Amino acid sequence: MNRFVLGGLLVASSIALALSVSAKPVDYQIPDDTTAFKAGPNLDVVQGNCGSCHSADYIQTQPRGAKFGKDFWQAEVTKMIKVYGAPIKEADVPKIVEYLSATY
Amino acid sequence: MIDRRNLIKGSSALVAAFSPLRALADTVTLPFDNGQRPLVKYPQKRPMIGLTARPPQLETPFSVFNEGAITPNDAFFVRYHLAGLPIDIDPDTFTVEVKGKVNKPLKLKLADLKRLPAVEIVAVNQCSGNSRGFFEPRVAGGQSGNGAMGNARWRGVPLKTVLDQAGVQAGAKQVTFGGMDGPVIDTTPDFVKALDLDHARDGEVMLAYQMNGADLPFLNGFPLRLVVPGYYGTYWVKHLNEITVIDTVFDNFWMKTAYRIPDNDCHCVEPGTAPKATVPINRFDVRSFITSVADGAKVKAGETTLKGIAFDGGSGIKEVAVSTDDGKSWKPAKLGQDLGKYSFREWQLPVTLAAGAHVLKVRATTNKGETQPEKASWNPAGYMRNVIETVHVTAS
Repeated sequence: MNRFVLGGLLVASSIALALSVSAKPVDYQIPDDTTAFKAGPNLDVVQGNCGSCHSADYIQTQPRGAKFGKDFWQAEVTKMIKVYGAPIKEADVPKIVEYLSATY
Repeated sequence: MIDRRNLIKGSSALVAAFSPLRALADTVTLPFDNGQRPLVKYPQKRPMIGLTARPPQLETPFSVFNEGAITPNDAFFVRYHLAGLPIDIDPDTFTVEVKGKVNKPLKLKLADLKRLPAVEIVAVNQCSGNSRGFFEPRVAGGQSGNGAMGNARWRGVPLKTVLDQAGVQAGAKQVTFGGMDGPVIDTTPDFVKALDLDHARDGEVMLAYQMNGADLPFLNGFPLRLVVPGYYGTYWVKHLNEITVIDTVFDNFWMKTAYRIPDNDCHCVEPGTAPKATVPINRFDVRSFITSVADGAKVKAGETTLKGIAFDGGSGIKEVAVSTDDGKSWKPAKLGQDLGKYSFREWQLPVTLAAGAHVLKVRATTNKGETQPEKASWNPAGYMRNVIETVHVTAS
């Protein structure tokens, strides 16, 4: 199920690159995401919001430990909205923060 | 809103998009917490350490740096910020625009650039956040080991040549650089960087169409990228197609908010604190590495030759010293061929390691007298790590 949902997201993100070099055309294709969003609360909200711009490994590889709990993830989500212009609905913010702090 | 650059072209991508996540044969574990990474295979690249897939960030396996001073194209690191990668680059129709405060705006094809007198320079490109995973306390961001750097022979045209052709107008202050890659949604700030006009016209900053004698690999900016010798990779804009001369100081997100360092000599602050004032990140600090043995390695007791690399932001390497006793005593290493002041400089030193545990260290000093700190300095963004590197080995 998770894989299917992730695969659906990838339709929008996979990139087939047809590089036409006059002599020999190059077909560059970016490989698919290799990391799935882990199972957790509000997974669908997270996949829809976070996964449309970046892969799950951006989250998976962040530091862990006491200092990287709810406040850290709240700040990251705020950064995505304020700095990177992520169109995340206000009601979804606590759901995403809950998922991130509970899962990573 | 999906940018046109992200639209799928051709039906093969649909098949790929619905295929299961790729099975990973191998992983590597970088030596910090949560450091497990897949080894991934991308077109034009050998297996690389996969940090992120979308946008792609690939790190060079560290053993590559022991193969020579030049980093092969298929092992050169990759770092994008935004997942809108260009899908329609045709080198025959590709153009780079030179515009803004110039007398004669230009639209140059690749063939036009290749007709201009070419220059070559060997220069290191290093990500500002190379080695961020080693920061203590840890900081958010791309958690790189030491492989977000590489050294290549770049060939292209001095930026000065095309700026002179376009005729920079009086009062111009900076030049901005935009590439064909961009954001997935139109509310994300596009990746555009700026250099001061004097720097842009120094004759060294280059529009490069080749690295190591071949076309740029796609993921390293095909068909044209900016090369800014001695400066961090954030300025080396890939898929470069827009050069704009401006009469202001550029203040977009990527210059004014991101890629800033504390405005002091060490570019550092007390861990956990915020800097009072910041400046845009600029020149590399000095670094050196042992490449012939990895941390935790078991080696044969007796004579062995240690090897490695050193580099800085452009004054050149004056001396590399090696310690085999945890920094108590140091011996100068023999420097390898000088490929230019912006290049990796190889070094080697024969040492004798008795049976038992040894703590090896390497420290470079530049022609300007700069050297590496014994204790890692810290800044909130995790940039510019250059502590004296330590490698633990056991000889038997």
